Amino acid sequence: MSFPDPIAVFRTEAAELLEQIEAGLLDLNVNLGDKDQIDAVFRGLHTLKGSGAMFGFEALAAFTHHCETAFDRVRKGEVPATQALVTAVLEAKDHMRALVETPAGDHEATSEALLANLRAAVDGAKSPGVHQAAAPAQTLFKIRFSLPQNAMANGTNPLPLLDELRELGECTIVADRSAIPSLDLLSPTDLHISWNVELLTSQPRSAIEDVFIFVMDDMRLEITVVEAVTAAAKSPEKPATPIQAAEPVAAEPAPVTVSAPRVPAPMTAAPAPTDAKANKASENVRVPAEKLDELMDRVGELVIAQSRLSQLAGGSGDLQLRAVSEDVERLSGELRDTMMVLRMVPVTQLFGRFRRLVHDLSHETGKMIELVTEGESTEVDKSVIERLADPLVHLVRNSCDHGLETPDERRAAGKPQAGRIMLSARQQAGEVIITIKDDGRGINRERVRAKAEASGLIQPNANLTDQELYQLIFQPGFSTAQQVTNLSGRGVGMDVVKRTIDALRGTINVISHPGEGSEISLAIPLTLAIIDGLLVRVGAGRYVIPLSAVEECLELSIEEDMRSRGRSFISLRDSLVPFLRLRDLFRTGTKPDPFQKVVVISTGSERVGLVVDQIIGDHQTVIKAMSKLHHDVATFSGATILGDGDVALILDVGHLVAEGQQQEAHLRAAG
Amino acid sequence: MNEAVRKISKDLWNGRDELEVLTFDIAGEMFALEAVIVQEILDLLPETVVPGAKAFVGCVINFRGKVIPLADIRLAFGMEATKPTIDSRIIVIAINIDGEPVLAGIRTDKVHEVTTLLRAAGEPPPSVGMRWRPDFIECLVKRGTEFIIVPNLNAIFAAEADRTGSSISHGSAQR
Repeated sequence: MSFPDPIAVFRTEAAELLEQIEAGLLDLNVNLGDKDQIDAVFRGLHTLKGSGAMFGFEALAAFTHHCETAFDRVRKGEVPATQALVTAVLEAKDHMRALVETPAGDHEATSEALLANLRAAVDGAKSPGVHQAAAPAQTLFKIRFSLPQNAMANGTNPLPLLDELRELGECTIVADRSAIPSLDLLSPTDLHISWNVELLTSQPRSAIEDVFIFVMDDMRLEITVVEAVTAAAKSPEKPATPIQAAEPVAAEPAPVTVSAPRVPAPMTAAPAPTDAKANKASENVRVPAEKLDELMDRVGELVIAQSRLSQLAGGSGDLQLRAVSEDVERLSGELRDTMMVLRMVPVTQLFGRFRRLVHDLSHETGKMIELVTEGESTEVDKSVIERLADPLVHLVRNSCDHGLETPDERRAAGKPQAGRIMLSARQQAGEVIITIKDDGRGINRERVRAKAEASGLIQPNANLTDQELYQLIFQPGFSTAQQVTNLSGRGVGMDVVKRTIDALRGTINVISHPGEGSEISLAIPLTLAIIDGLLVRVGAGRYVIPLSAVEECLELSIEEDMRSRGRSFISLRDSLVPFLRLRDLFRTGTKPDPFQKVVVISTGSERVGLVVDQIIGDHQTVIKAMSKLHHDVATFSGATILGDGDVALILDVGHLVAEGQQQEAHLRAAG
Repeated sequence: MNEAVRKISKDLWNGRDELEVLTFDIAGEMFALEAVIVQEILDLLPETVVPGAKAFVGCVINFRGKVIPLADIRLAFGMEATKPTIDSRIIVIAINIDGEPVLAGIRTDKVHEVTTLLRAAGEPPPSVGMRWRPDFIECLVKRGTEFIIVPNLNAIFAAEADRTGSSISHGSAQR
């Protein structure tokens, strides 16, 4: 067991902070006056700066400092929160992420540009009334603090604290060396110095407390108001009192602080938000995904071992053995279900990203877009979520760019000016359905058809259902956009969607009503680790066909087999279905069984029959990835271990269907 | 395990004068593999043929719930296939392929022992008078009157990965 790399821990923490900051900013964007969100963003920035400096991310700390300052002013009411400011900080936030990820990179220029942006946003936001209030109403504070003796051994460096105090205003710092022992008693790592500081600042007391936020717990800190320098803050001078006595701080520049009574709370209240967060975090355990995978593997093995046990127990007459076997069966089943739940995460995480995307897209396109999400608590396997991110980005972009009209067009069509995109998730019979719905112009059927005919995807005047027609938009290179924009129109995105969803063994369904909008639903299996499969035998080998792809099974009579030798087609309810003889494909070199079966599989609208020797039955399949040495074998998507310990290969349906279709095309060309 | 999967260095000896190896027989020749990459020695297991895979890794086996390929290094050396005997074993090794650790089994006719090879007794493969590809052999180590072959697994696996097998998937190129 090794300790986690502190830098890695910081990165994870920073990523979370950045997410919080982003969420706060976006909420703020909706409701600019939301005091809680302003505070939340400020806190996030502050913590990021602090821990960044602690872990040596100097550039990050320096950069974040400016954003923090800006938000501090918003927090104090010196500057109102504006859209421009939120946008500037959002951009800055992305830059912070870059600084976290590649601290060594060359970020100077970007930093400068973003900060200039930020300054412009802050200055532009200053309203005259506030301006006057922001004029320095300065207070003289007397601060006395000492850190615990072991502070430096614990990694606290007092000098940056002093630097931060200096940044607050004019300050005189005197070190109190009276506590330093004689040389023979002196331990060089201990801290014996305390400091007396006189600080003339326009900042409130809380700003001083914030300086010490990370060392607050063990230190002694006394802050005394000596005198309010300007008339703005008339207050009776306070005697030197330790802060624990909870003196009301009337000396604070009152006009700007709405929440003045909040500040004089006892000292311990200041770090409270941090504490609360820490408590909440401790209820969750962070586990690397690979450990979960490992556990999943073990559980998979247990399920396999258990099925062998029940085979043995079933064969023996020993009742006690059977009882034990049944217990083990139940327990391992429950264990598997629990394990599945552990890997599940709510889609909130996934949907959260799109708020930002839509915000940006709305700026880029000049359209007003409203994003509504639904069913965010629906849970999906974590690895599925990760792989869904890309296709969803493409779909949302597509909706924003092609689907939604400009505000003028919308008004003309009698729709509300703001377009609406709805992301929803729900569970349905072992699948999760994710729907992207917009109320835009819908898919232009004629244009899709014209384009498909022009590029030779379909025969002219081919008789296609709506569904078949809409599926064409997922073909690579297919785009009906008349112009390629920054966002979309290159015909790449939908292809990515199709391929990813296929790889997840999911399906895509498109509904569209001209003028009313379109709806794209992705149906994806809940987990990638276990599937229902149909176990078949070809020659001596056993193979698994994913049950979700199986349409029907039928018998291939000897006559049909003979008759179809030349053409490899069967007619199924008046339509011709090409079939592949797996025995030939796998070169088993065995004789066909007298009663061969055809398993008809499909992906979407394309069907292919697979001729097998025997259908054994359905089988709960724990999927094992194929080794890297077998990555060139496209026919199989993975392997599984059967009850008797043998390995069975899982057929890649998409590949086989493509193969079958190709064969059909060859035959067409030949005949 | 992490230490075990480290790349077999280009210089097998890596400055050392001795090397712990596991010796085994394939088709009458004695081979040796660095002992640290060996994970386990197994009795023969049921093998599942992977249609369309290269002959070099034509099968997979169930190794403690993992599906791992079974490599046949006889093919790399152009040796005759031998019938399984009571002494036949599978050696499971961990190697690095393109920076990823991969477990693979090697079919052998007989496993001997873990022993120490001396660098002083080693010789580079001769450039003439040998029917095997010289780059598949890391070195030959003399012991008594015999030579022990230390194969270069990285070269063998890389070369076999490039070779196009008897692929059934003629359509796969388009994908």
